[in-house]
Amino acid sequence: MLNRQGRPTTPGEAAPSDHKTFTGNKALSQIEPLIFETGRLETTGVDYEAPKSFTSRLGGFERKSEIGLPGLSEPEAMRHYVRLSQKNYGIDTGLFPLGSCTMKHNPRVNEKIARMPGFSDVHPLQPVSTVQGALEVMHTLSHWLLELTGMDAVALSPKAGAHGELCGMMAIKAAIAAKGEAATRNVVLVPDSAHGTNPATAALIHFVVKPVPVREDGTVDPAVVASLAGPDTAAIMLTNPNTCGLFEKDVVAIADAIHAAGGYFYADGANFNAIVGKARPGDLGVDAMHINLHKTFSTPHGGGGPGAGPVVLSELLAPFAPVPFVRHTDDGMQLVESVDEAANHGAHAFGRMTAFHGQMGMYVRALSYMLSHGADGLRQASEDAVLNANYVRACLADLMSLPYGNRPCMHEVLFDDAWLKDTGVTTLDFAKAMIDEGYHPMTVYFPLVVHGAMLIEPTESESRASLDLFIATLRDLAMAVKRGETERFTGAPYHAPVRRMDETRAARSPVLKYTPPQPILQAAE
Amino acid sequence: MRYLPLTPDDRAGMLAKIGVDHIDALFADIPSDRLLKHLPTLPLHKGEIEVERVMGRMASRNVSASSVPFFVGAGAYKHHVPATVDHLIQRSEFLTSYTPYQPEIAQGTLQYLFEFQTQVAALTGMDVANASMYDGSTGCGEAVLMAHRITKRNKAVLSGGLHPHYADVVHTLSQMAEAECVTLAPDVSGREDILSQIDGTVSCVVVQTPDFFGNLRDLRAIADKCHANGALLIAVFTEVMSLGLITPPGEMGADIVVGEGQSIGNALNFGGPYVGLFATKSQYVRQMPGRLCGETVDADGTRGFVLTLSTREQHIRRDKATSNICTNSGLCTLAFTIHMSLLGQTGLKRVAEINHANAVMLADELDTIKGVSVLNQSFFNEFAVRLPGNASHSVEQLAARHIMAGVPVSRLLPDAGLDDVLLVANTEVNSDDDRKAFVEALKEIL
Ligand SMILES: Cc1ncc(COP(=O)(O)O)c(C=O)c1O
Repeated sequence: MLNRQGRPTTPGEAAPSDHKTFTGNKALSQIEPLIFETGRLETTGVDYEAPKSFTSRLGGFERKSEIGLPGLSEPEAMRHYVRLSQKNYGIDTGLFPLGSCTMKHNPRVNEKIARMPGFSDVHPLQPVSTVQGALEVMHTLSHWLLELTGMDAVALSPKAGAHGELCGMMAIKAAIAAKGEAATRNVVLVPDSAHGTNPATAALIHFVVKPVPVREDGTVDPAVVASLAGPDTAAIMLTNPNTCGLFEKDVVAIADAIHAAGGYFYADGANFNAIVGKARPGDLGVDAMHINLHKTFSTPHGGGGPGAGPVVLSELLAPFAPVPFVRHTDDGMQLVESVDEAANHGAHAFGRMTAFHGQMGMYVRALSYMLSHGADGLRQASEDAVLNANYVRACLADLMSLPYGNRPCMHEVLFDDAWLKDTGVTTLDFAKAMIDEGYHPMTVYFPLVVHGAMLIEPTESESRASLDLFIATLRDLAMAVKRGETERFTGAPYHAPVRRMDETRAARSPVLKYTPPQPILQAAE
Repeated sequence: MRYLPLTPDDRAGMLAKIGVDHIDALFADIPSDRLLKHLPTLPLHKGEIEVERVMGRMASRNVSASSVPFFVGAGAYKHHVPATVDHLIQRSEFLTSYTPYQPEIAQGTLQYLFEFQTQVAALTGMDVANASMYDGSTGCGEAVLMAHRITKRNKAVLSGGLHPHYADVVHTLSQMAEAECVTLAPDVSGREDILSQIDGTVSCVVVQTPDFFGNLRDLRAIADKCHANGALLIAVFTEVMSLGLITPPGEMGADIVVGEGQSIGNALNFGGPYVGLFATKSQYVRQMPGRLCGETVDADGTRGFVLTLSTREQHIRRDKATSNICTNSGLCTLAFTIHMSLLGQTGLKRVAEINHANAVMLADELDTIKGVSVLNQSFFNEFAVRLPGNASHSVEQLAARHIMAGVPVSRLLPDAGLDDVLLVANTEVNSDDDRKAFVEALKEIL
């Protein structure tokens, strides 16, 4: 068919789709060099007037070597980074069921609010009288967190979940020292299902990690905890809901066992998003718990941060919270910034986690998220997250294997690779084939307690239609495995911007930065 | 609720498919006496208009840096960030992605991390850099622990010119990790004797340049003495823009360089999120904390990037990991990289010169005020001045006149006897008029 200009409007004979192009580009999928290969040392994309003449006060420390970093004009920079962005998968691209990571929708009004000059353009060391609104945000956020968790105090400053773990465990260590038990209480119980940050955190501050085996049903047995706990026990670090997507049904008995031994209960709150408005850690015997604002309260993950990991504390641990913290007084909001000043208020702050006051940009987003949802919306979000995960479970249970049986899960559902046995397809292959279907894979090979783990967390952001297509896709893939179509998996991905990456090669002789090609030496005369 | 796509019908249908008749059946593992019977006592959901109103009201109670002549620094700096940066970092594919665990659909993130690592290595004069820490202060703490692992010793010596919050972070971490940490007395002149502290028991010496008071510090003799004693030199900076103009720590013998990258690409944000820069020599790379991005090829031989050397990390090594860090400063590194790619070395050098020139002009003018004296021999864009009276008091008075004068040293070092010392930073954002307004106002209040 031709239109009136004579332009063909229907495709003619179709060429094969693996047609090679001159550029190597595939339409919207563009090959993009490194900036060091396209930029020029003398180029800059930012215009400044030359400074007026002045006498240097650099004291002889002028940089004499060339930095060696090229610049780009603004249009070049724009295009470079837009093209890079197009090689990425985000929540806005599609369903992102990365278990434990909670890839839920990131409302854009939160971005807008975080960019209000009154929040983004405020310095942490301005006079306190000029930042009353910022302190009010911190105070209000604290109130919401305490109300939702039923705890006594909150330390806002930790910068991510793992930093929050460190903060909570430091508070525990300080409390133990205050009781004069520092020399004897140094063992931390960590279930085998725990995230790697838990044992790493405990070890970082010289606790001895004692693993706790997980029982048949994927949860921790209080009797085992009781048998492992003793006068040397500092704490247990228990994730609840746990990384198998199950609520630790004996949590109260576990808390009792640890408390009976004189230890503390640290809860990894990475999965708090399943139970907001349904249960409060404060009612479950928890002494400290971090909350990943970037998970439960939807501050964007940004390709690996920034996050924020406030820690809620029980009455026993509250006095040890680090500086800084906000006090609401008759004279307005005050900031307590030093350990000595904290002591004036009767606190035994264990120290400081970070310069300044923590992740303000994330506090603003999280609080906006909370205000938008309200108590009712937060509870509904948890219920929908749990509902969606269970729906996925119910619709896949006949094809994929559930290590702990076909029973209700929380906000994520864990499959293992028993169903892949002898098919020639691994969990990784299956994940890569999902990429070709337009999905981000689930979390794979975590938790370590099941073989070839596949942890699916759909989140409450998915509609039923979206879940139905996802389920249909996984069913199709699972049938293909069973039919022996291994190539669809072992060679995947076929349609991503790049094919499967060679990770072994990257680690064998690491290339961690760009090095300009050496000029070819002239042959000796 | 606008963020929740499920309809009541969907929910009912899905419950039926699951085979339960009430949502609480899915929460049956929660002990029934702990299952909340009522909503938390918090407000109910709100529309965007109302949320913006509530949050906007709080925002309006803060004085923003751009609205006044602004001279506050001490570890966080007000700089101009090109509009392109914020536009690009808000692209969905960057903003709403995760740590690049699936490299085939995260080449965007991985390639910018590779560019970031290259830029940080070049700026600091080091061999390798990681993909970021939370901020400069936590990076500093991690650097000390890394030095302990390498030297198998556990005593750190901190310069009195190290940012007091950084020193506090290192102290807290050291105390908790049962390591020793000695801090020299704060020293406005930058002439402390750190050499005499270095012996065969010391694991590392931590020196900041420009230091907390703005002085540029010579690291060479310290590096030499460290190395002669089997210790490492950790160089710290809180103003990365200085590296456009001054000798990088890597050229003065530093073994690990850590610092705050906020100045490039990132807003003040009342203290966070920021981006910690962390660089070292090649031989120490396997002791580094944090993520590393490396080059490799795909199954077709096409160049690409992946996270690498992860056997250092918590998800593989658990309690033997070099650090517990997981989420880092992803999007802030992107902002850094885009801004740095726009600047290039030419733009960075230029803007650093403007910073220095502005600071020199301000220092010269303040020095002429009776009773006011600049205490630095050398500085980049920030310096210390002695006022005739209490600096906090002057800062409050000037704030009342809509001028943010700087940071009173006593706010961070209440017991140092430096109540009359003010840290003043002048960057490219202040105009000549801003500078003059500050000088005139200070004259008036003194
Ligand atoms: C169960 C669990 N604990 C802890 C963490 C660490 O949190 P972050 O990455 O914020 O440091 C994570 C996040 O990946 C997690 O899933």
